[in-house]
Amino acid sequence: MSKPKVFEKPIGVRDYLPNAVAKLRRIEQNVLDCMRRWGYEQIITPTMEYYDTVGVASSTSDQKLFKLLDPRGTTIVLRSEMTSPIARVAASLLKERPFPLRLSYHAGVFRAFEDEAGRDAEFFQTGVELIGDSSSEADAEVIALAIASLRAAGVPAFKVAVGHVGFLNGLFQEALPGRTEEQEALKECLLQRDHVGYRQTLSRLSLDDQVRSELEGILRLRGGAEVCEQALGLSASREAQAAIRQLCEVWDVLGAYGVQEHVLIDLTMIGDFSYYTGINFEGYASHLGFPVCSGGRYDNLLSQFGRPAAATGFALKTTRILEVAEDDTPAEGGRTLIVYTHEQRREALQEAERLRAEGLLVVTEALDAASPEWGGLRERAARVETFEHRGADYDSLLVYGVGEEARP
Amino acid sequence: MTGNDRMMEKTAGDSVLKVAMPKGRIYKQASKLFREAGLLIPEDFDDSRKLIIPVPEANMEFIMAKPVDVPTYVEYGVADIGIVGKDVLMEENKDVYELIDLGIARCRMSVIGLPGWKPVMYPRVATKYPSVASQYFREGGQQVEVIKLNGSIELAPLIGLADRIVDMVETGQTLKENGLVEMETLFQVTSRLIANRVSYRLKNQAIQELCDRLGQRIAARG
Repeated sequence: MSKPKVFEKPIGVRDYLPNAVAKLRRIEQNVLDCMRRWGYEQIITPTMEYYDTVGVASSTSDQKLFKLLDPRGTTIVLRSEMTSPIARVAASLLKERPFPLRLSYHAGVFRAFEDEAGRDAEFFQTGVELIGDSSSEADAEVIALAIASLRAAGVPAFKVAVGHVGFLNGLFQEALPGRTEEQEALKECLLQRDHVGYRQTLSRLSLDDQVRSELEGILRLRGGAEVCEQALGLSASREAQAAIRQLCEVWDVLGAYGVQEHVLIDLTMIGDFSYYTGINFEGYASHLGFPVCSGGRYDNLLSQFGRPAAATGFALKTTRILEVAEDDTPAEGGRTLIVYTHEQRREALQEAERLRAEGLLVVTEALDAASPEWGGLRERAARVETFEHRGADYDSLLVYGVGEEARP
Repeated sequence: MTGNDRMMEKTAGDSVLKVAMPKGRIYKQASKLFREAGLLIPEDFDDSRKLIIPVPEANMEFIMAKPVDVPTYVEYGVADIGIVGKDVLMEENKDVYELIDLGIARCRMSVIGLPGWKPVMYPRVATKYPSVASQYFREGGQQVEVIKLNGSIELAPLIGLADRIVDMVETGQTLKENGLVEMETLFQVTSRLIANRVSYRLKNQAIQELCDRLGQRIAARG
């Protein structure tokens, strides 16, 4: 590649200009505050972790991790998500704290360069982990909190699709007992979202016709509570039945939270089978082609850090939410400009300090009384109106200079 | 944010299903299939040069795209669904739902060479599908140099640029005329209906309905 031009940044990273930062901070504050009111305490973990611990435990595939070498030659990764760092903390620094732990975070995470498709190399995630509670109530709490957080973030219209990895696991084991390779092939198709490939694979397998059409039918298991009913009839497998019962329970709890209108049941929604162990979910906003949140139950992760525990959580893709969130907070009012000549510097700066202590935003500027702008500003100070000065808007103007003082 | 605002504006018609259609060969067959399935696409659009074609009767909007770009539009969600050949899907490897096999634009992806081809010391393969070709030869345990070309791939073995090519074969007529032979078939190619991850959930009903109508029609065609 040719030498970068001076304005260029590495692919996949962004600058955030003042307007975007203000909006991002408001979203972050509102969401973290929402999480705090549900009893989740915010923690901060380091940007860098060891590859052999957090890197390996992470759900991010190996080639998407940013890897570095420290001076001793140990491989370091830039965190690619926050769940495994938090698992590490829960199993070490917080190991004396009894379960359940409710933790929240807002952090930049890193994924190795990808050329396109809105996949940033660095982006913000805001999320929670609920560790040490395996109940359906906990699953529902996390989903309900995800919905509350999307609302707090100002996402105008969204749906959360909820699935369960146990259903397909159980169904496939029952339909194809002992034929693990074929089960894997079918799961791989679903994971790749390749429904054509799924049907083609099914048609190649030697199967009872009824079983085949049932397995084809799962592609339609999307909707509301009625999907659970249909699914219950599909498989007698204990694992699948347990998964559906759990899903029904979660659905009921979400009803009690009053958020069912935002929830779809989707049994074709497949997260990473090697990572998620139960209920998993994804949030979608209209006007955005990529999911805005994802989460689920991961009961095997904590044991990798020496403190086995059930856990569930989610992350909001805050950087993407920034693009769709409605920002109804009015622009902050009360910007004051104080201009002064050197004779009245002390008075001017002290007034500025007093106004700032009152919470106003004050910009000060020294001017020469002989400068061409001085007269115009003096005159303007007599009028009460918003005005523009050097590219910024102000609501009021104070002028301190040459023995006289003008106030609006 | 202006680009984004523009996008919001364009997607304001929430219930309209935006369909990325490949221009050219596949479009003719796809629009015929849509019409047979009872979706009213006015005939005079077939030769139109317009890039965005509203079809209010079917509550749809067609976006006329270059075939290789269809998966990109759909992945980003600027189109909800799209029609694209399996060849492009395999090459582009985008994160989209592949919903149904439309059974149109049928052909196959093949390895092609001169008759009597023998293994060479430094194998070179010319193709429009570099990632498909690389993957195929790697999985077959062969290390080859892949050369990306943009058209007239059949020239490569004739003038000695490559000893083999990987390309789509429909009838085999071009090969025959140029004295080339098909050596192996990688996979069969037909056009597929693909969907964006979010649209698939948020416009589930409209998409499922379309799939069902097309599915019935395809089954009836046999």
